[in-house]
Amino acid sequence: MGASSTLLMVSHGHCLLCLLFSVVRFIYIKTFNSFDSFRIKSLPSLPSLSLSPSLVLMDRRFPFKVLEHIFSFVDSNEDRNSVSLVCKSWFETERRTRKRVFVGNCYAVSPLKVARRFPKMRSLTLKGKPHFADYNLVPDGWGGYAWPWIEAMAARRPFLEEIRLKRMVVTDECLEKIAASFRDFKTLVLTSCEGFSTDGIAAIASTCRKLRDLELRECIVDDLGGDWLSYFPETSTSLVSLDFSCLDSEVKLSDLERLLSRSPNLKSLKLNRSVTLDVLESLLRRAPQLVELGTGSFSDELDPEEIAKLTKALSELKQLKSLSGLWDLLPEYIPLLYSLCPRLTSLNLSYATVQMPDLIDLLSRCSKLQKLWVMDLIEDKGLKTVALCCKELRELRVFPSGADLDETDVTLTEQGLVSVSEGCPKLESVLYFCVQFTNAALVSIAKNRPNFRCFRLCVMEPFAPDYRTQQPLDEGFKAIVERCKDLRRLSVSGLLTDKAFEYIGVHAKKLRMLSIAFAGDSDLMLHHLLSGCQSLKKLEIRDCPFGDTALLENAAKLETMRSLWMSSCFVSFGACKQLSQKMPRLNVEVIDEHPPKTRPDSSPVERIYIYRTVAGPRLDTPEFVWTIHKSPEVGVSRLSIR
Amino acid sequence: MLSEEELQSNVSVASSPTSNCISKGGGLKVHNYFGLSDSSSVESSTLSGNVEDDKATISLKATELTLGLPGSQSPARETELDEKPFFPLLPTKDEIFSSSQKNIASGNKRGFSDTMYTEKNWMFPEAVATQSVVNKEVTQNIPKGQLGTLNNSSSPPAAKAQIVGWPPVRSYRKNTLATTCKNSDEVDGKPGSAALFVKVSMDGAPYLRKVDLRSYTNYGELSSALEKMFTTFTLGQCGSNGAAGKDMLSETKLKNLLNGKDYVLTYEDKDGDWMLVGDVPWEMFIDVCKKLKIMKGADAIGLAPRAMEKSKMRA
Repeated sequence: MGASSTLLMVSHGHCLLCLLFSVVRFIYIKTFNSFDSFRIKSLPSLPSLSLSPSLVLMDRRFPFKVLEHIFSFVDSNEDRNSVSLVCKSWFETERRTRKRVFVGNCYAVSPLKVARRFPKMRSLTLKGKPHFADYNLVPDGWGGYAWPWIEAMAARRPFLEEIRLKRMVVTDECLEKIAASFRDFKTLVLTSCEGFSTDGIAAIASTCRKLRDLELRECIVDDLGGDWLSYFPETSTSLVSLDFSCLDSEVKLSDLERLLSRSPNLKSLKLNRSVTLDVLESLLRRAPQLVELGTGSFSDELDPEEIAKLTKALSELKQLKSLSGLWDLLPEYIPLLYSLCPRLTSLNLSYATVQMPDLIDLLSRCSKLQKLWVMDLIEDKGLKTVALCCKELRELRVFPSGADLDETDVTLTEQGLVSVSEGCPKLESVLYFCVQFTNAALVSIAKNRPNFRCFRLCVMEPFAPDYRTQQPLDEGFKAIVERCKDLRRLSVSGLLTDKAFEYIGVHAKKLRMLSIAFAGDSDLMLHHLLSGCQSLKKLEIRDCPFGDTALLENAAKLETMRSLWMSSCFVSFGACKQLSQKMPRLNVEVIDEHPPKTRPDSSPVERIYIYRTVAGPRLDTPEFVWTIHKSPEVGVSRLSIR
Repeated sequence: MLSEEELQSNVSVASSPTSNCISKGGGLKVHNYFGLSDSSSVESSTLSGNVEDDKATISLKATELTLGLPGSQSPARETELDEKPFFPLLPTKDEIFSSSQKNIASGNKRGFSDTMYTEKNWMFPEAVATQSVVNKEVTQNIPKGQLGTLNNSSSPPAAKAQIVGWPPVRSYRKNTLATTCKNSDEVDGKPGSAALFVKVSMDGAPYLRKVDLRSYTNYGELSSALEKMFTTFTLGQCGSNGAAGKDMLSETKLKNLLNGKDYVLTYEDKDGDWMLVGDVPWEMFIDVCKKLKIMKGADAIGLAPRAMEKSKMRA
């Protein structure tokens, strides 16, 4: 919540909120139910109080200014959404004070409505495509266009300073519009976006004079060359963070050197792969204040003198906490990094094809490490070292390294994760790719580490049972959800029956996001999930054998969730139609190459994406997406603009 | 309750068929991608007790034992699996996207067909419902939950079918790793052979596309590729130049181009001028072209004289 100096105010404000909340909420919430806030969660520390009726009238005595002041301490958008549901005056006050707006599904609400609702908006975060788009399950052209949002904000909210987009289609026109419309624009973070070129980046660099953050994280960029870097203003820049690691082409060294020299506030720099090792030293010399560094390629041949200079330059980075990049890292260069290790809290070796013995040398020196991303080349032995040496570890991700990504020669087994769960008391987030697993391991892990918030296990062999007992992994995941009471995100894999999902439905009370592939036996599985899992917001399923019955029975649940994705399951077209008619505020999108109209109701559709929305069916669907229309006579509609 | 035989959208033809199956204890129904349990004893597997293969849809041919790698199946298999019939609406989309698939840098433009499968050994879910012979392609080379191959990589499969989006690793990461492997083998590193991407925009299109100019050898190929990308686009006559390679476009041809079609293709050259595509030899065009734009014929008329002047100036 607020800074320590305002703690008193915060606690007062919070208490007042709780008091008013518990009473007023009952009375008013039924009257005003058409707001755009979907989250109907109470404040976490809501005390249960019995209050005299006179307190009910208290809110009427609070002038706008007081409420406004109190609300300015409410940071979390979830709390703000709850606050805005209490009564009309709270709604009005809250919306006038919200600075950071988060829209988890860009089609859930229209840009215009959002622009109008939050006049003081300074920061906008949007997410577009469904998560499985990351794995090529959503065809190109599906949607997620940033343009309507940029256009709406440019017209109405010119004081917008920050835009963060994830999985959206951003064009150069969007970027040019941003540059031209928002005078104080400071932050642009694009994650997994596509559709723009380096020309657009140049526009941002040249025009946004107050630019602080420009981060392109894993975007697909039409790379027309490295000129864009020269477009930053010639006078000193206000850059704090620059990430162009996803670009391919070379930038000119002199441009980069000059940029670093005139960016005294730069704290985070992530180079792309084409920046070679021999120039790294000259860059680091100009930016010794870096806190985060993403190197370029780490594999050139350097002569001893160059190596000495680079070692010195690296050791000068006294504030460096985070290291990434390290493409093609050669083992002989690992000692160069030793001087950085003791201070590192975040290390991303997931592009460094370094073998286990060398990794051990490096990791054993990183006693403060909190976040580690690595490839499975680390093997069980390497993870044992991590368990021994990295006691502060909070997040671990182990990626597959094999050329085919599901074939591996390395000995990374479930034991590696068990060791880390034993040795690292603060571990709370895991992403682990492994070829096979056992129930015993999962039970151990759950016992060791009940504080998991995010547990994503990808057993790469679909339908793989416990390889020792040949049982499904039901019991293992049961242990996970039973013991890890704070689990927010879960990905399951391996052989799983309906029972596993019964356990998840019953025990995973705080689970918000669940990813499933190749699992289950029947509709019961989906039924367990949709009738349990109180907090479920995002469910994504692929290749599981069910659909209609469970979906229709639990249709009401879908409106409490952000979205449901199902692909290669057995949802029939008829069920989609029924669902859509039953639930007016859901968009039921069918993604299928063959037009549903020509097929019988019983035929399965390839993919469905269902999400709640107050914006109605969207207008930008491509030819392979159909939004099932609400009224039965009309049938299927595909409204598109061309 | 939907039974297992209906579960199958993806075929995973895992690696070598030769006795890599671990024998599994009885009582467990292990599924391959069709949701079929191991239907008959294969190699040395002892799973025969678990034959739950009650699927009427599987013809006897499906249970036929064949040894050998999946890719070496009978020719009949190849034609069965021809993608084209499954996607009558987009017959040529494959070309575009397979060409872009070759370029790691672009790697992520996915056509609809790409998102269904990346190789030919695919089962389309709809096909299951409509055809009962779909399972012909099943061979018992598919060991389910094939655990024995982990540390035994004796025979990496030559033609292993990939499931789209599995394992769930971001395409960005996959491409980067693939490039890592490529780089480590790379010897020549000819800069000229790198992909040359240019943006292609079209009036009225909601977003831009990009094309790799080096993947085409003449104007005709470029034209047909763009035509597929932007379906209302027509280039037409330009292609006739590419083959000759040296001819300059005559004035009459240009006029035909402008008058005859709805749209024309223009490009921005290194000087920043917009020129009509087709008036320089292909090799030179690749060198100078920075961006492509598909304009309405009416807008482009003014370009023609300039293009001619410029080429005259150059000549």
